[in-house]
Amino acid sequence: MARMKFLCDADRCIECNACVTACKNENDVPWGINRRRVVTINDGKPGERSVSMACMHCTDAPCAAVCPVDCFYTTEDAVVLHSKELCIGCGYCFYACPFGAPQYPKVGNFGSRGKMDKCTYCAGGPEDDLSAAEQAAYGSNRLAEGKLPLCAEMCSTKALLAGDHEMISEIYKERVSKRGYGSGAWGWKTAYKETINV
Amino acid sequence: MVAFQRSWGLAAALAIALVIVVSGDALAQSGQPTSVNPTASSVKEGQLLDALKPPGSGPSAVTGRVSIPDTKSSVLIQPAGRDWRQIRQETLPFYGAIAILGMLAALVIFYLIRGRIAIDGGPSGRTILRFASADRFAHWLTASTFILLALSGLNLTFGRKLLLPLIGPEAFTALSQAGKFVHNYGSFAFALGVVLMILLWLKDNIPSGADLAWFSKGGGLIGSDHPPAGRFNGGQKVIFWVVVIGGVALSITGYSLMFPFVFTDIAGLQEANMLHGLIAVGMVAVILAHIYIGSVGMEGAFDAMGKGEVDLNWAKQHHALWVEKTEMKGKGAATPAE
Ligand code: HEM
Repeated sequence: MARMKFLCDADRCIECNACVTACKNENDVPWGINRRRVVTINDGKPGERSVSMACMHCTDAPCAAVCPVDCFYTTEDAVVLHSKELCIGCGYCFYACPFGAPQYPKVGNFGSRGKMDKCTYCAGGPEDDLSAAEQAAYGSNRLAEGKLPLCAEMCSTKALLAGDHEMISEIYKERVSKRGYGSGAWGWKTAYKETINV
Repeated sequence: MVAFQRSWGLAAALAIALVIVVSGDALAQSGQPTSVNPTASSVKEGQLLDALKPPGSGPSAVTGRVSIPDTKSSVLIQPAGRDWRQIRQETLPFYGAIAILGMLAALVIFYLIRGRIAIDGGPSGRTILRFASADRFAHWLTASTFILLALSGLNLTFGRKLLLPLIGPEAFTALSQAGKFVHNYGSFAFALGVVLMILLWLKDNIPSGADLAWFSKGGGLIGSDHPPAGRFNGGQKVIFWVVVIGGVALSITGYSLMFPFVFTDIAGLQEANMLHGLIAVGMVAVILAHIYIGSVGMEGAFDAMGKGEVDLNWAKQHHALWVEKTEMKGKGAATPAE
């Protein structure tokens, strides 16, 4: 099976936030929750770069390790998903996550945390593929339709790549060798303990 | 002379080299760059993580600017989560299990060796008021909520390993969800209980010279000698301070977790959780010993918090100084049990 990953080519990202919008629209993400965001580093200084970040679907995912109720699972495509039926909204995955991916609707007592929501790689959840229940709780399941996550598909500069890691590493390597520079595959070392050597 | 000439030659060669380097630099600076080298300014994740390391050995994080109101999302990568994971998944369960199981084992061994500590000369049948209803209210409010908070908290630490395989994911989630409500709401009653205890008992828990004598005689736990003590003996004072300091620390860390990002940031929350868990298991171990000595471990002790009245012989045996003082004041005078 494929090993699905995201790769943000920070030398191409122009901080247009189309990925954020695409994600919110495709998955009916509620107000106040951002499954994906664009962070600009060195803003206004030399070496400014923007990186689009969401759940990286880590190898040996920290969120899954620390979850007190064991509500996470990894699909055959190496996508890290979770069950909102089982989640108790304790917030531990947010403490563990290197990328700030888990989001909590403010519905719990003391306005703190409802059930966690995060990027599903447009792969739905534990409910039946493409069912109404799945759509309501997790958003779309494009993977089941044979499509890639919409954020990457809509990226105007193709900075954000999604797909099997061999394929997207190849694309990235080719780009870097052609243009002669690259700031690296952001988060890969943290998420997968390996990076792309170019 | 030869050496002198040689060093002169060396100096001249160096000077020429310097001139070449400097003029080369000047040329490069004056001439328009033929091509842009974007790598010169490109940021690499690894370098950033190193560069952004806060002073000291603290964890690093890559932080930038976001265009959404959620400011905490501006932390792009925070590898400190890995350390927190290690502590929560390994350190806390390890020390927690040692503290709790170790204390249980110690108590069982102590019971087997020492048995139940009896009242010298048996109960007298006459009782003396030890804890008024306000004292008992504060005690049981704190005690009952402590047990609920400890069980619901330890469920987060150990439940996934111990309970989840037994009762299945749906039941375990229902239980843990209920536990979270109990923990969140129960915390207010617990904190109130700790405040009441401070108000009621602080003045009698100031360490004194009698405590040293009490500790040097092993508190009467070892041997049959009962060192005299005031209203609270050295051991009880230790329990008092553990509950007060531990309770306040658990409240501070607990409320920062309950209202995430109100008082502190992600690193602060990780620390709060670590401290909360470690202090909690330590306190559970101490309280287990307290529960033991207040119930099965010692004849007549439970009455103090149960009925509020204790047998006079028990009081003289364990709190001689307090009995003297109380009787001198003439209040709380012993009343016949018949
Ligand atoms: C004012 C008092 C307290 C407050 C506000 C408080 C709050 C919290 C919060 C918010 C959590 C995180 C999990 C969640 O959100 O459900 C937690 C975890 C925990 N609490 Fe408390 N708590 C308090 C007192 C106590 C006491 C008295 C104990 C036990 C003796 C305790 C033991 C624990 C344990 C063991 C955990 C789980 C630690 C882990 O595995 O990470 N807490 N508490």
